[in-house]
Amino acid sequence: MKFALVTLLGLLIGATPAALAQQKKPTPKGKTAAKPAVSGAVTPAMLAAGKTIYTQNCLTCHMADGGGVETMNPPLSKTTWVLGEKTRLIKVLLNGLQDQDIDGEPYRNVMPAQDLTDQQIADVLTYVRNSFGNKASAVKAAEVKAVRASNK
Amino acid sequence: MKTSVLRYLLLPAALVGSLSLYALRSEERVVPDPDNAGLKLPAGFKALVAAETGGRARHITVTPQGLIYVKLNRPNAAGKGILTLRSTATGKAEAVGGFGNYGGTGIYAKGGYLYASSDEEVFRYQLNAKGEVVNPDKPEKVVTGLINRRQHESKSVVVDNDGNLYVNVGAYSNSCQVKDRQKGSLGQPNCPILDSAGGIWQFRADKLNQNYGTGTRYATGLRNVVGLDWNAQAGQLFVIQHGRDQLHDIFPEMYTTQQSAELPAECLYALKKGDNAGWPYMYYDGQQRKKMMAPEYGGDGKKEATGNFIEPAAAFPAHTAPNGLLFYTGTLFPERYRNGAFIAFHGSWNRAPEPQKGYYVVFQPFKNGKPSGDWEIFADNFAGDAAKAAAGRPDHKPCGLAQGPDGSLYVTDDKKGTIFRIVYQK
Ligand code: HEC
Repeated sequence: MKFALVTLLGLLIGATPAALAQQKKPTPKGKTAAKPAVSGAVTPAMLAAGKTIYTQNCLTCHMADGGGVETMNPPLSKTTWVLGEKTRLIKVLLNGLQDQDIDGEPYRNVMPAQDLTDQQIADVLTYVRNSFGNKASAVKAAEVKAVRASNK
Repeated sequence: MKTSVLRYLLLPAALVGSLSLYALRSEERVVPDPDNAGLKLPAGFKALVAAETGGRARHITVTPQGLIYVKLNRPNAAGKGILTLRSTATGKAEAVGGFGNYGGTGIYAKGGYLYASSDEEVFRYQLNAKGEVVNPDKPEKVVTGLINRRQHESKSVVVDNDGNLYVNVGAYSNSCQVKDRQKGSLGQPNCPILDSAGGIWQFRADKLNQNYGTGTRYATGLRNVVGLDWNAQAGQLFVIQHGRDQLHDIFPEMYTTQQSAELPAECLYALKKGDNAGWPYMYYDGQQRKKMMAPEYGGDGKKEATGNFIEPAAAFPAHTAPNGLLFYTGTLFPERYRNGAFIAFHGSWNRAPEPQKGYYVVFQPFKNGKPSGDWEIFADNFAGDAAKAAAGRPDHKPCGLAQGPDGSLYVTDDKKGTIFRIVYQK
């Protein structure tokens, strides 16, 4: 009970600045109303959308628990790719990846480029960065758009 | 030194007579683990953990003198890619050495030589009368320059009775798409991968520095073979293929996730020189028992394949990854196992969201060099339990198979490096 209260409190405190920021900032064209404008905040809606995309496009190789498949497909938990620089991470989805060691381990399979929209990539990466034991800021569609524009 | 001391100690004991004879005989009896190493086996069969290698153990071979050689996926902490073990009186195997500074899969002892492969080359080592490698630091290079682009990298090896060496070269692709594994990407016309991969190459076992130019493409249209063995009864090479992945991911409008989990069958093929098993143009539907046209090459999930492709000798559940094939010729196991095939299934990953499957050793009965009757699961529960298997998080992944001089069946595990030994005791 005490534990639950503390967690709840923690969640409230954590959510407050984002919620405030969202209220303060006018949402352009009302389009991204559901998304927090503040950099890095993660909402349940983003996570739900991300999970659907993950299930359809990534689960085959990286598995339901994000643990990957030994020697074939890398895990998505706490890798330097998932938690590191967002540009590099976004490029993995835009371009695919092959012949790269992941945190010192070789993987035999290939990661195909993903035919997803900016928003879908943002959602799935936000989901990945906040699942499987990961905790990191959200990836925004605008960030994906910028990387896509300068890609190649 | 150690053995001479042992002999000295045993000598007076041997003189005592019948008592010591009994002791010596009982010493030779393999002692199974009380839980049969966690395996589920048919009645009368028992198992033990013969050794823990600590590496990813791929293929395994045992010399007639009982020395066991295990190929590791990559060199261990001591820099050894091949481990030498020796069976002790209780059936446990003790480590006696290691050599070879390269990782890989293939290892096979025959005719006074040990053959071992990296992911690009095949080496051989001369064996002495005790089955020991004479010159562990000076392997002879039998084949060089085989293609390795990470995917399907294993080079499995076997030698027939006429001194021919067979090497698998797996295709560095799932289905020869223009963009590998990409949704909707079509097949490359006249798949160029088949020139140097996606087949079995034949070389001479006693010639050095052979390459694609001096070898023969013995059979083609084989996506990735890890398990292969020579069947002396049939006088034929048998191979078992890892079928293609991701029918649903790549062509979601043609295949449901469920169909994708059950297609295609993992196929056992009896090969003749010049055979074509059809990859990437077709896959085998084990339920309909039909060769189907691959969607990358005009298929729609319903069209049958056209082209002169061989029929499989037997078909097994999809994506279960057969990594070891062994024709059993021993006399330890009951008669019905003789000349039949044991197949080690490494286990699936490409069945999600359906439960994963495999992590077992199958027995396929044979008669006169041909499969006869249905296959059955012989050794099960390498995964540890059903939930671990379903989640694709098994304790062990069966990979290599070998027969000991006494007729024991050895099974390697390329997850934790456990070496299992299965015996039959009435
Ligand atoms: C066909 C199998 C496959 C699919 C489908 C796939 N991946 Fe990958 N992924 C891989 C492989 C293999 C690598 C490693 C490639 C390498 O080592 O060069 C990888 C690498 C990655 C990496 C960087 C390495 C790491 O583990 O942190 C990320 C992040 C990633 N994938 C995320 C995704 C996401 C998100 C999706 C779905 C939108 C996805 N992947 C779909 C196979 C796949």
